[in-house]
Amino acid sequence: MDLLSKAYFNYSKLIKTIKIYLLLAGPGMIVMIADNDAGGITTYAATGAKFGFNLIWFLILLGPVAYFVQEMTVRLGAVTKHGHAEAIFSAFGPFWGWFSLLDLTLVNWLTMVTEFIGMTAALSIFGVPTVITVVIVILMMFGIVMSGRYWTWEKITMAFCLLNLIYVPAAILLHPSVGDILEAGIIPNFPGGFHSELFFLLMANIGTTIAPWMIFFQQSAVVDKNMREKDIPWGKFDTFVGAIFTIIVAVGVITVAGTLLYGMDIQSGAQAAKVIMGTHPWVGTLLAIGLFDAGFLGAICIALTSSWAFGEVFGWAHSLNYKVKEAFWFYVFFFLGLVTAGTVVLIPGAPLVLITLFVQVIAVTLLPAALVFLIILLNNEEIMGKYKNTLFDNIANITIVVGIIVISSLYGISTLFPNIFG
Amino acid sequence: VRGGNKMIGFKKVFGGRIGNIIRESTGKIRSINQRYKTPKINLTGGAKFALLLLRLYLIFLVGLLVYKFWTIIHGGT
Repeated sequence: MDLLSKAYFNYSKLIKTIKIYLLLAGPGMIVMIADNDAGGITTYAATGAKFGFNLIWFLILLGPVAYFVQEMTVRLGAVTKHGHAEAIFSAFGPFWGWFSLLDLTLVNWLTMVTEFIGMTAALSIFGVPTVITVVIVILMMFGIVMSGRYWTWEKITMAFCLLNLIYVPAAILLHPSVGDILEAGIIPNFPGGFHSELFFLLMANIGTTIAPWMIFFQQSAVVDKNMREKDIPWGKFDTFVGAIFTIIVAVGVITVAGTLLYGMDIQSGAQAAKVIMGTHPWVGTLLAIGLFDAGFLGAICIALTSSWAFGEVFGWAHSLNYKVKEAFWFYVFFFLGLVTAGTVVLIPGAPLVLITLFVQVIAVTLLPAALVFLIILLNNEEIMGKYKNTLFDNIANITIVVGIIVISSLYGISTLFPNIFG
Repeated sequence: VRGGNKMIGFKKVFGGRIGNIIRESTGKIRSINQRYKTPKINLTGGAKFALLLLRLYLIFLVGLLVYKFWTIIHGGT
């Protein structure tokens, strides 16, 4: 009887824990999965096509890297109740504030253009005209945020996050040899030695794992969700779960590309889906749907990031809990960002490749600044109190931040000067 | 007379509504600068040094971008 009541007690406790998690889950999961945006999927597909399963270990390593950076935003948001843009203005003054806000807006807008490129290319595989895709996507996104409740937006977006896992069944459909994947991908190795092409793809994978918008997004989402200091452990756990999902998706894409596209030069996720469609229609279809979903998640989160940031600094009402009438400029900014980014894709002869490359360069100007501000703020006892970085946090975070700054800078420079590393 | 009316309309729009928007925006930016004029945290020596490095890093990046732009307009790649 005792055993039975103990088992029931543990069961009830588990159910209660899951319920609390589901209530508090959101920002971490969404930011991590949206990180696998259209550009991310392209990078993973190119990595798998070029080096097969050999770089899976590297992507697994990037999971903890993303977690350590993003969990800092959970603490900062929950303790200060301010978004990252406002925190920068408040702590470092107008120069760094305007620099971060304007750079963020530019890089976000350019990234949104790349998300629209991904979404329109994905749906064009099914014969959907570009203009229809752009219009439907914008209407859908506006419909989702207009509900006037953060909770509704978050849960709908999480459904799109689940759809991002579509790469897992796509990989399973191919019956890949788990032994081969483990043998080639788990032990760190550099296929063919450490050459410039490999270095470029490693840098691209880091660039797609940590992006400036993610820092601003998660902190603002934590504030909008009204998470408090006592919710920090759940926020960190949510981020941890999200990091695991992001790795699962990355490994799924690499498995598909490594199995079916090995040895090919892949330039975009849509190209990968089209090629695969010829031999494995189901897998190609799943890949195209996944690419659309990735672009959709990326665009909705990035558009919100800019709106939140501007709202915080300009003092507009800036919460998804407000109706359009109550937070007019917040929603106008969101809508304008999406419409202008979507329109660029419709312009015949628009320099889309140049825009895609430009995103990487501009992101490099913002990422180091955002990361340095994060570390300084997290070490400030006045602001963070008992939630400031511990010695272990600092060793881990400063190592990661310095590594990211060096590698992302090299990535940006190699994008500007393609022949610089031989 | 028709041209004069057009001119008045143009002045109304650009000197009136749009002018007001620009004036309001400038005022708003000024008030933001004023509000955040004094940083609210005390920066340690390490933090100040990190910010200095960040400035130098950004100057380096801007220099690279300008150089790239210069090579492009002079027919390079």
